[in-house]
Amino acid sequence: MSEQTLKRVDLIFGEYSNEKYKVLATTLERTNEEILKDILESGLRGRGGAGFPTAMKWKYTAETPGDEKYVVCNADEGEPGTFKDREILLRVPRKVFSGMAICGRVIGAKKGLMYLRGEYKFMVPELMKELAIYHEHAKMLGLDFPIEIRMGSGAYICGEESALFESMEGGRGEPRNKPPYPTTSGFMKKPTVINNVETFVNVLMIMRLGPDQYKQLGTTDSRGSKVFSVSGDTPIPGIYELELGMPLDRFVDEFGDGDTKAVQVGGASGFCVPRKKFKDTVIGFEGVPTGGSMMIFNSSRSMYNVLHNYLEFFEEESCGQCTPCRVGCQQLLKGIVAVKKGEKKAVYLDQLMKLSESMKITAKCGLGQSVANSFSSIVNNFKEEMIY
Amino acid sequence: MTDCKSLIQELADKYGRERASLLPILQGVVARNNYLSDTCMTDIAKELDLSAAQVYGTATFYSFLDTEPRGEYVIRVCKTITCDMHGKKTIIQTLEDMLKIKVGETTPNKRFTLLETNCLGWCHEGPAMLINDTPYSGLTPEKVHDIISEYVNKK
Repeated sequence: MSEQTLKRVDLIFGEYSNEKYKVLATTLERTNEEILKDILESGLRGRGGAGFPTAMKWKYTAETPGDEKYVVCNADEGEPGTFKDREILLRVPRKVFSGMAICGRVIGAKKGLMYLRGEYKFMVPELMKELAIYHEHAKMLGLDFPIEIRMGSGAYICGEESALFESMEGGRGEPRNKPPYPTTSGFMKKPTVINNVETFVNVLMIMRLGPDQYKQLGTTDSRGSKVFSVSGDTPIPGIYELELGMPLDRFVDEFGDGDTKAVQVGGASGFCVPRKKFKDTVIGFEGVPTGGSMMIFNSSRSMYNVLHNYLEFFEEESCGQCTPCRVGCQQLLKGIVAVKKGEKKAVYLDQLMKLSESMKITAKCGLGQSVANSFSSIVNNFKEEMIY
Repeated sequence: MTDCKSLIQELADKYGRERASLLPILQGVVARNNYLSDTCMTDIAKELDLSAAQVYGTATFYSFLDTEPRGEYVIRVCKTITCDMHGKKTIIQTLEDMLKIKVGETTPNKRFTLLETNCLGWCHEGPAMLINDTPYSGLTPEKVHDIISEYVNKK
């Protein structure tokens, strides 16, 4: 399957250094403090979507006492419209393993685990070959940090970090209460750093370039580049590495088909931005954040169908553990169907909106909390399509 | 189909008998037998010293761990938004016509099961489907025809 790649920024997918695992080797010669300082200065924030400062996550975990710690790479990308982690793992796996190994050294972990979604099982043979090369080099560097691959089995919720730990421990992928956070109690209830695939690559790039050069990219709140997964009504779907902090109208000029009505930024759990707001919307942590998913809809698309599709997705993928999410997703879906059929009056949408707001504050994890993002942004901006 | 007991032994020797070994073992059984039977789940519970309910609870949580008999080839067609926009319905129709089964069913010769699934991560090349572990994207009715014919003629 061929990929179209427009290389605006060439950080993540850029070529390897001429010697295998060279950046890892030079980084390991530095002290943990120096490494952490560079990551902190770079302003790197997690690339899975939530945007937690990476240096803080590592620092807290490093400071937590304990002999047994873990580094986990979250490769369970399941957000609709996201497929960048697969490309990163297929094209630059060594950068991912290097980032994990650096993290292991900094926090004092003896083992790394990668949780790969079941839908990507076809990649395992290739990744195992690469892992063998990694282990060879780790041995030469005197680094005791083996990396293992664990597979998911088709559950979106397992991308939520605590659900992912539950899954790796052999249980149902049901999120845990927080706190405690993974920095003190993660995999096997031990201090754990869990980062997205792309975050680990960013760490390696900061090590290679230095924080000053890395900081040249992006804006004050969103440093660096980001790998975007572009799909929907676009003549050029695919993976693109772009600077963070760009206005949405520029993105649409580049990727839209000339008839773009809305862009869903951040997948089904993200926000739907209508045409009239393109100009004032910035893609980044200061505006609309995204784990990389950019889905473009043109004027031939019914936004009712789009929302219906998302709600079906959430209803099926809700783990069912907490009532707000389990019942809320069902009721939102039933509700919009009833309004569309005329069984409920249009004002019922206001009630559904309140329900989604309640889910935002009462659901146990990010899944239930973020349903309101797409729900309210679609219903508010395309109300007439919900009714007629 | 491999005998459950010996398969479980083999998988437990490989992955261990900890609670954390449960998922790889369940995945291993499904990879070989296409599904987890009740007896098989009870046997896993015994081997790992867990209750049958714990094994059943974990197994039924995951959409790829089937607990009812499936065909040799499980086809999962992505139904999430971009695949849906780009013609998922026609793909399902083509598969239903070719295999003469509906979504959720298995062919009488136990070779194919047709299912729908959530986002497979091929949004830029939709519609997409998985046949067991192999992804196929950029599907058209013609392409589906060729792919399925190939599977039909296997062995």
